[in-house]
Amino acid sequence: MSQNSNKNDPENNSECNLDCSTRRDFMVLAASSMAAVGGACAMWPLVDSLNPAEDTLAMSSIEVDLSHISPGQTITVKWRGKPIFIRHRTEAEIKEAEAVSMSDLKDPEEDSKRVQAGHAQWLVMVGICTHLGCVPISGQGDYDGFFCPCHGSHYDGSGRIRRGPAPKNLEVPQYTFISDTKIRIG
Amino acid sequence: MNNKELHKTSGIIEWIDYRLPIFTFFKHFAEYQAPKNLSYLWSMGSIAGIALVVQIITGIVLAMHYTPHVDHAFNSVERIMRDVNYGWLIRYIHSVGASMFFVAVYIHIFRGLYYGSYKTPRELLWQIGIVIFLVMMATAFMGYVLPWGQMSYWGATVITNLFSAIPMIGKSIVTWLWGGFSVDNPTLNRFFSLHYLLPFVIVGLVLLHLVALHVHGSNNPKGIDIKPGKDMIPFHPYYTIKDFVGFGVYFFIFAFFIFYEPNYLGHPDNYIPANPMVTPAHIVPEWYFLPFYAILRAVPSKLGGVILMLSSIIILFFLPWLDRSPVRSSSYRPWNKFAVWFFIIDCIILGYVGGKPPEEPYLTVSRIATAYYFFHFFILVPCIAKYEKPLPLPKNLDEVKIC
Repeated sequence: MSQNSNKNDPENNSECNLDCSTRRDFMVLAASSMAAVGGACAMWPLVDSLNPAEDTLAMSSIEVDLSHISPGQTITVKWRGKPIFIRHRTEAEIKEAEAVSMSDLKDPEEDSKRVQAGHAQWLVMVGICTHLGCVPISGQGDYDGFFCPCHGSHYDGSGRIRRGPAPKNLEVPQYTFISDTKIRIG
Repeated sequence: MNNKELHKTSGIIEWIDYRLPIFTFFKHFAEYQAPKNLSYLWSMGSIAGIALVVQIITGIVLAMHYTPHVDHAFNSVERIMRDVNYGWLIRYIHSVGASMFFVAVYIHIFRGLYYGSYKTPRELLWQIGIVIFLVMMATAFMGYVLPWGQMSYWGATVITNLFSAIPMIGKSIVTWLWGGFSVDNPTLNRFFSLHYLLPFVIVGLVLLHLVALHVHGSNNPKGIDIKPGKDMIPFHPYYTIKDFVGFGVYFFIFAFFIFYEPNYLGHPDNYIPANPMVTPAHIVPEWYFLPFYAILRAVPSKLGGVILMLSSIIILFFLPWLDRSPVRSSSYRPWNKFAVWFFIIDCIILGYVGGKPPEEPYLTVSRIATAYYFFHFFILVPCIAKYEKPLPLPKNLDEVKIC
């Protein structure tokens, strides 16, 4: 401590042996640790307040009616602030997607794993390119699927990456069929 | 040490310090000495400093959740209270913290009044303090407008209308302050901007306050000039530890209000969204403005009330020259001791009647108390300084003990 040179410092004047200096050191350490723990705890509410709030979480699932989507059409709905692509695939599109060989894929995944059993005509995906977060354009690209205009990633009719810088297939969100024509996302 | 020698020093600390003396600056704090007889009243400065830090930290987080728009402000505050994680806690810390800040600052000011801390050579230190107090009041006022409740709206209306008392240009100034023809969205937006800015202005003023303080050091309960030597002890660790004890007590009281009485110092009407068509039956400012509000209402003239209210603070700037007594501490001033206590009681009375409706008997009481407020500064203080016989001052702090 810098004030050791000071005449008024009792630590310097008294005949302080090793024991009393360790006791003081212990008290300083213990008190500082308590203050550090207390300070860290006090910071937590501030940090946690930046997490999604209750109302934001409450809006984190949506229901979508599929009955008005005609075969071949793709609609976009908003879920958690992100675009969700819902495509009503034609029989031909399904066949084409199922026929793709796994060795042609950058991120190999069966088409059947990307749709729900018995609902193969419905393709539901997060419409965000896995490269850097742009929104791909439906019905474009060289694989009859989606094309990202930002850096030229091509996705096929199952939303799988075929060519371009994106590393992964388009993400399939968690969703359930409430009825044959209604799904709940989230 | 000449330049050549300094350039040769290999230590990175010397290299930096030669170009940017931050280490010399830290050394100053490590070596800074204070009188050894400071009481806990001297902790209030540090406590006020901590209060400012707490307000800035919680305020920055609140601003991340708040929307400064007349259609959304009230609801965004309610969202903070109900939906944002720990939002209720952060907002209560901020609103109770404003009151706690004022408590610390008022005690700090009264400490200065009692022990003559405003006297030479600390006049500028005192005046910077008054400026900090004024900026604090502006900040607190604008912060209270942000939740956009009934008290926010009507408080803003009343306070901004004070400027309309200025002859000739008053109306134009008020329109300029509002950015419209009533308190509305432009007003809310600029108040939010300024409420965010002013705390940092206060930080700058606090630094000036500290620079001025560290030139001649702290005053002390005996009010005598203290020479370096055995009457001084290092600020660290002695007063850092003492201040920490003060922080402990401060945060204990602070926590009591946050967790058990968060709205005790607020007003229920501010949980009603602002309605420009209906004024609440009884509007009052926050408690820390009440003495000045009482002075404002004591005068049956619009301009007169505003002038008197402003004078009640401006007069503090002249206190070092109104009180010509060479003795600082009221401990050695048998008359001034009572005068200061009567003044404190007068301020409390003003605060009390300021919170009451403007009717009898409060009106008469507020007039007498207002008259006494100015009587204290203009008559009592100069006269006591002239005619009072101070007790003999000790030569140093140790002599006191022998007495």
